Amino acid sequence: MAKENTEVDAERETRTERTRAGDPTDTAPDQLISTDPGREGVAEQDDEPSGATETVIEAHGLDVYYGETRALDDVTIEIPSNRVTAMIGPSGCGKSTFLRCINRMNDLIDVARVEGDLLFDGVDVYADDVDPVALRRHVGMVFQHPNPFPKSIYDNVAYGLRVQGDTDDLDGRVEQALRRAALWEEVSDRLDDSALDLSGGQQQRLCIARAIAVDPAVILMDEPASALDPIATSKIEDLIDELAESYTVVIVTHNMQQAARISDRTAVFLTGGELVEVGPTREIFEDPEEDRVEDYITGKFG
Amino acid sequence: MNDARGEMDLSGDRGFQDVRESVYHVVLLACAVVSVLTTIGIVYSLAAPSVAFFAEVSAAEFFTATEFNVNIQPITFGVLPLAFGTIIVTVGAAAVALPLGLLTAIYLSEYADSRTRAVLKPMLEVLAGIPTVVYGYFALVYVTPFLDGVLPVELNTFNVLSASLVMGVMIVPMVSSISEDSMSAVPDTLRQGAYGLGATKFKVSTRVVVPAAVSGIASSYILAISRAVGETMIVVVAAGNLPNFPSGPGDVLPKFFEQTQTMTAAMVEVLTSEIGGGTVAYRSVFAIGLTLFGMTFALNLVSDFVAERYREEYD
Repeated sequence: MAKENTEVDAERETRTERTRAGDPTDTAPDQLISTDPGREGVAEQDDEPSGATETVIEAHGLDVYYGETRALDDVTIEIPSNRVTAMIGPSGCGKSTFLRCINRMNDLIDVARVEGDLLFDGVDVYADDVDPVALRRHVGMVFQHPNPFPKSIYDNVAYGLRVQGDTDDLDGRVEQALRRAALWEEVSDRLDDSALDLSGGQQQRLCIARAIAVDPAVILMDEPASALDPIATSKIEDLIDELAESYTVVIVTHNMQQAARISDRTAVFLTGGELVEVGPTREIFEDPEEDRVEDYITGKFG
Repeated sequence: MNDARGEMDLSGDRGFQDVRESVYHVVLLACAVVSVLTTIGIVYSLAAPSVAFFAEVSAAEFFTATEFNVNIQPITFGVLPLAFGTIIVTVGAAAVALPLGLLTAIYLSEYADSRTRAVLKPMLEVLAGIPTVVYGYFALVYVTPFLDGVLPVELNTFNVLSASLVMGVMIVPMVSSISEDSMSAVPDTLRQGAYGLGATKFKVSTRVVVPAAVSGIASSYILAISRAVGETMIVVVAAGNLPNFPSGPGDVLPKFFEQTQTMTAAMVEVLTSEIGGGTVAYRSVFAIGLTLFGMTFALNLVSDFVAERYREEYD
C-alpha cells in the first residue's frame, strides 16, 4: 500500500510539472505540490481570505429555469482551484442543477434555460462561441450511479482519450488514470474484462479513472457515493481527498457528514434554488452566519 | 401490534379461489400449446412428403444438382439454383435494409425530437403494412425501368436487383423499429457519461449507444433477413421465374441483372402449375419447403445465440 502511494505521488508531481510548464491557464502552481498531503494545512490556508487559490469557476446572478419552474435563483459563487467545494442542501434545492450548468449538461434538457454569468477560467461558459463538447473535455463529471460503458475496463478508461483523438501512449495513460483512481491493483490483471463485472464501488472508481484519464481541470461529482456501501464510500472519499491536490473538485452531496469530512469549502443551497451561504467548511458547520443554514445543519429544517 | 394478535382474519375461501386459479392456468396453457402444436404439425406435414420425395430422388442430387427442372426432360431436382436465388435476393435486400434501418434507428432514437419521432415512426411502420404484391409491381413497373435507364448494363425485365432493392425498403421498418426500441432502452446515464467526457452526439450514438444496443440490433437484423428469405410475392412478380445458377464465382455479380427463381417462387410455380398431387415434382415442393424452414430455423438459432451472448444487464 505504501509503495503504491509513492508511485501515485511521483506521477502527480510529474503531471504538476507538465501543467506548470505547458498550460498557462493553470495559474496556481504554488498550491499544486503540497509537501504535507494532510488536508488540515490546506484548510487553514483557506480560512485566510488572502490564502485562497485562484478562482476557476465563478457564477454571477445565475438563474436556471426548467420550463416555468425556477431551479436556481440568482446564484453568485466563486469556486477556487485545487480545492474540494461541496454543495449541500435538501432535495430539489438546485445543487445538482448548478453542477450541471458548469459543464453545460443542462443543454441536454430541452426545457432548461440558463440566465446570468457563469465563468470557467474567465470565459463565459454560455457564450455563443463556446462549444459544450470542448468545454466538457476540461470539466470531467462523475455521476450518482456508476455508469461504466458496456465495454472492457481498458476501453472505458480509454474512451475519453479516444473520442478526443488523443491516443499517444494509451496504455500508459490508462494505467496512470487507474492508479490515480486507486483501482489499478484490483484490475491490472483483467483489463479486458467487462467493466460491468466490477462491484459498484469499483465501477464508481472506474468512472473516476475515466474522468481523470483526459486530465480535466475540474471534476464535477454528483452524489458519487450515494449508491455505494459504507466501505466503498470511504474509498471514494479518500480518493476525492487525493484528487484535490491535482484537480478542482466540485461535489454535490446530500450527506452533511460527508461534506464536512472531505470538503474545503461548502455551499448551502436551500429550497427554491437559492444559494444561502458559502464559505470555508469549518465555518459553515461550526458557526454559519445565516440562521437558516444553522437550522439545516442541525437538522431543524430539510 | 400485539393487541391484534390472533384477531386478524388470515384465512380465505380457498376452495373457490383454487378452482378459479386452475381454470386460468389451463386456459393460458392451452393458448401457449396451440402455437406449439401448429408448429409441430407444419414440420410434420413438410417432413412426411419430403421423406417420400427422398425415396425417389437422392439427397445427393437434391443438394448438389445445379438445375431445377420439373417440366422438361431431363427432369432434375437441384435445390442449389433456387437457394442461390433466395440468397442473392436476400443479400441485396440486406445490403439496403441493414445500414438504412440502423441509421434510421439512430436518427429516431438519438437525433429526432419527440414530435418528429411521433410522426415519423408510425409512418415508417406503414411501410411494413403495404401488401407485398404491391411492392412487387412497384419494382416491376417503376424501379426496373428507372434502373434500366440509369445503369450502364442491360437489365432484364425481371431482375434480382430491383426486387431486392424494393424488398430491402420493405424490411427497413423491421430493422429500424426493433433497433430503435433497443437503443431507447440504453440508460441515459451512459449517454451522459459519454457527453461528460467530451463526446459529440455522433460519437455518443455510434460508440456508446449502438454497442450497448447490439443485441437488439442483431436480433432485428436476423428477423429482417428471415423475412427476406421467406418473402414470395415480390420475387414472383419482379424477379422472374427462371432458376439461374452462376457458372463460377465471377459470374455471381451479373446475376443481379438477370432473372432468377427463389425457393419460394419455385414452390408457388409448382403448386400453381398443372402438375398433379402425388407426383415427384409435387413432393419436391415439400423438400424445398423443409430446406427453407431449416434455413430460417438456423437464422433464429443464430439470433438467440447473439442476443444471449451480447445482452448486457443494466441496473
